[in-house]
Amino acid sequence: MKHRSHCHEPGHAANTDHGGTQKSIHLALTGASCGGCAGKIEKALQSVDGVESARFNLAERKAVVSGQVDAGALIQAVEAAGYGATEMTDEEPADSKLMQEASCHEAQTSSDPSPEASQESAVHLAVTGASCGGCVSKIEKALQGVDGVESARFNLAEREAVVNGEVDAGALIQAVEAAGYGASEMTDEEPSGSSMTQEAPCHEAKASSDPSLKASQESQESQESQESQESQESQESQESAVHLAVTGASCASCVSKIEKALKGVNGVDSARFNLADREAVVQGKVDAGALIQAVEAAGYGASEITDEEQASEDREKADEAYYRKLLREMTVALALGVPLMAYGVLGGEMNVVTTGERLVWLVVGLLTLAVMMFAGRHFYVGAWKSCKAHSANMDTLIALGTGTAWVYSMVVVVAPGIVPELARHVYFEATAMIIGLIDLGLALEVRARGRTSQAIKRLLGLRAKTARVIRDGKEQDIPIGAVQVDDIVRVRPGEKIAVDGVVTEGHTSIDESMLTGEPMPVEKDADDEVVGGTLNKSGSILYRATRVGKETALAQIIAMVKQAQNSRPPIGRLADTIASVFVPVVMIISVLAALGWYNFGPVPQVAYMLVTATTVLIIACPCALGLATPMSVMVGVGKAAEAGVLIRNGQALQQASKLNTMVLDKTGTITAGHPEVTEVITRNGFDESELLQLAASLEAGSEHPLAQAIVESAQERDLTLDSLEGFNAIAGHGVEGSVKGRALLFGNYKLMQDHNIDLGDLQAKAQELAAQARTPMYLAVDGQAGGIIAVADPIKEDSVAAIKRLQRLGLDVVMITGDNEATAKAVADKVGIKHYFAEVLPDDKQKKVAQLQDEGKLVGMTGDGINDAPALAQADVGFAIGTGTDVAIESADVTLMRGSLHGIADAIAISKATLRNIKQNLFGAFIYNILGIPFAAGVLYPFAGILLNPVIAGAAMAFSSVTVVTNANRLRLFKPREESK
Amino acid sequence: MSILVNLVGLALIALIVWWFWLYRPQAAEAALGAVAITVDDGVYSPSRVRVKLNEPVTLRFLRKDPSPCAAMVIFDDLDISEELPVDRPKEISLKVDKPGTYAFTCQMKMYRGELVVES
Repeated sequence: MKHRSHCHEPGHAANTDHGGTQKSIHLALTGASCGGCAGKIEKALQSVDGVESARFNLAERKAVVSGQVDAGALIQAVEAAGYGATEMTDEEPADSKLMQEASCHEAQTSSDPSPEASQESAVHLAVTGASCGGCVSKIEKALQGVDGVESARFNLAEREAVVNGEVDAGALIQAVEAAGYGASEMTDEEPSGSSMTQEAPCHEAKASSDPSLKASQESQESQESQESQESQESQESQESAVHLAVTGASCASCVSKIEKALKGVNGVDSARFNLADREAVVQGKVDAGALIQAVEAAGYGASEITDEEQASEDREKADEAYYRKLLREMTVALALGVPLMAYGVLGGEMNVVTTGERLVWLVVGLLTLAVMMFAGRHFYVGAWKSCKAHSANMDTLIALGTGTAWVYSMVVVVAPGIVPELARHVYFEATAMIIGLIDLGLALEVRARGRTSQAIKRLLGLRAKTARVIRDGKEQDIPIGAVQVDDIVRVRPGEKIAVDGVVTEGHTSIDESMLTGEPMPVEKDADDEVVGGTLNKSGSILYRATRVGKETALAQIIAMVKQAQNSRPPIGRLADTIASVFVPVVMIISVLAALGWYNFGPVPQVAYMLVTATTVLIIACPCALGLATPMSVMVGVGKAAEAGVLIRNGQALQQASKLNTMVLDKTGTITAGHPEVTEVITRNGFDESELLQLAASLEAGSEHPLAQAIVESAQERDLTLDSLEGFNAIAGHGVEGSVKGRALLFGNYKLMQDHNIDLGDLQAKAQELAAQARTPMYLAVDGQAGGIIAVADPIKEDSVAAIKRLQRLGLDVVMITGDNEATAKAVADKVGIKHYFAEVLPDDKQKKVAQLQDEGKLVGMTGDGINDAPALAQADVGFAIGTGTDVAIESADVTLMRGSLHGIADAIAISKATLRNIKQNLFGAFIYNILGIPFAAGVLYPFAGILLNPVIAGAAMAFSSVTVVTNANRLRLFKPREESK
Repeated sequence: MSILVNLVGLALIALIVWWFWLYRPQAAEAALGAVAITVDDGVYSPSRVRVKLNEPVTLRFLRKDPSPCAAMVIFDDLDISEELPVDRPKEISLKVDKPGTYAFTCQMKMYRGELVVES
């Protein structure tokens, strides 16, 4: 009996089909969390009588079914498939937004009365809300803390906890709930399909950036918001093209109606509506809200298409405009500042003595004011506004510094009498220069920052724009957004694969390097998966779309990389804390410096007070501190993505750089995971083909991987298999049967011994093979030894090199395998691994990882994301070796998009480089401020007579954050694999 | 005179401490589950938003400041980080199930706001 627990979710607003002749039913679904669910749900719905079409949108958790059918039957079908469903009606508030719970995870639990469960004292709990490795130990700890518990184990994959001991379920549930999760007892009587609604968020930071959890903060650029946004925002407009998805338009006459409606909106330059893809493109200075209103007034529906690529283009445009504005402002400020400063440096009189001088300086002062208004406006406005809001930022420092210098200088000019004669010096040049330099610094920073997001831009650029879909027997090019699941798509040589799918016809080779980093093109035949964004090289194929839109691997990779780029590793915390109190602290230091000079400084004190206070304010740079970590993470995570390595978040990045032990699962990680026949040794006159043919005929029915390897090998040699009689499997020994009247025995040494087969020198051969990591099997024909067939899981070509790289990166590489000691040793020796765990049952891998952790090691674990999930979760950093398509669904800390172990080494190398980069940035930013501020305050003056010029301070400050961003960008040039080739 | 100047300086320091650290502005209530927050001139306005425990709320950020400082809003403790487009509202829907004060900031912590979650 299978039983699922679901998260409860409020329904989503139903979109009713206006004027649709077909009855369509909208269902809100619960419990679906992955791409696989979508297919299952659609299949379940389509199997209901009367259903003509059924479509499920995973992002909205909404299914739309059309046909002559009743909602009850549909709900039943969905529930039978293991999900929850409710009908969505018109009454539901139209604005009810979908709010997925942070804990919304498909919790699948098996309540099979397993042998363990029948023990009188074992309690089984279905736990909800646990989604990450950290949860496992938390839950187990919580359970173990309950009185009477002897042992408690939690299986993350099944979301099931098994507790042994004299204990009552209620107390256990309380304990789990206290730990922040939900729990309920699993009993055999529990009706299938009953849904549990407990939810508890996983507070583990690691988990919350899991893509399936990302739904918890479903954020979207809103379409309707502009209407509801009162006052000031409604005036907002922008000069770029607005793309609208229009619904309800079905005929050619709609086109002109819609275009007319759009052109009627103020500010629209041009409006085009394309009926085929139902997209309107509007140019002009106009806001989307008004356009949507106009279209709705005309009787259609509309929503803004906010394509990610579009958004990224918009951002670039905005950045570019801002960059140019800053450069203009800088030019103006320096046009005044540079001549003034040159005048001062060349010995010009900056002191105000005569009335004539006063007049000239008054004009200069007013010019400076104009520069401040034009080029420095944003500093002053920002400073004032944030000050009003009781917050202080970089603007505050700049405005205070430059403002103080200007006010002082004006006082000297206007009322020299109140300033001591020696201090009648003007600092207009400082104000103008500082504003100009900081504008320049900001401009350079905007440019440098644009480069940090290049990885995302590259990924976005991989997407195809259109797809050639075959509908109703006709081929048509449609926008990629209109491609639906199960559409048949044609791809010709040189074209991009548009969406994820499965090849139905044709043969080709596909370049997947852009996603996986694997340079060799991959051959694809019918039933092979293709991934959106990859490049079709040679042949023309047809494929069936299986995942579209946000569900595609590429879209998920982009979402994941973005999320990871914006998360911060713990190393940045201190800098963050300091940055958040930085500005007021600097202001206080500035006042203290001024007081120090007033009390202890030489004459004229007031001039020294001014210079030091101003310089302290100007030189302090909170931005460099704040930028140090995020910039490097952004570049590092992007760099990893380019190498086909997805790093989940900043924490994983930091942890990965510190690992000192790497556990590698043998099968599928070091080896290919597909056993192959490696040797056929014949005796007594048999030839290889004959031996293989007999063995394959005998094993044809078996599903054992070793048996399959033999059958495959026979097929490769075009051997025809014969029918088999009297098949008998002898557990632990092998198999027997007869083919074409010949009695066959196939198995290990023991089997041969039991049947008194004379092996001659074969036994020695077999031992030799075992020592080479092969699994030898004897075949006897009619009581006579025929030979040995040896099977081995071949070691991946590059495993040895990759393991060497890992060792060179300072990691102790440990192999873990279920194989026997001899084979394990042979494999380990071959790949150069010193430590290994042999004969480990699959369930015990996690324990082995824990054991290493108990020895005080920081352990990384590499395995496949599904079977090894508990061990990956247990490890400090879990590395899932992926196959390129399902990557983003897995929940490991680091996911490799290709099978090569080099990815692990790349990930470690990149994380080390990134952390090094962050440390450089943090060190630079700290040292800069720690040395710069006291220097600016004049601590060197008593000893060396040096006082920092405020203009120099301005330049230093302007370039400190540029330096940080530039240093982060340096990471882009990092090559993780210099040493491997 | 010198005592006066020193006193003024100390008063200034006291003012800075009070104004920037001790003072807590009034929080804006989330009416009908949504709050519009403008991102401009170095401040989120409103910068303090009060929401109810376990109630869904939508924060609608409108970024008007084109400087890259404003480009991101980060809720560190809620693991939310979103890019804000210029002049186009961005909605962040969330539901918090633990009372407390959650800071939201820009990448450099210069823009600062607080989400106050109350039961």
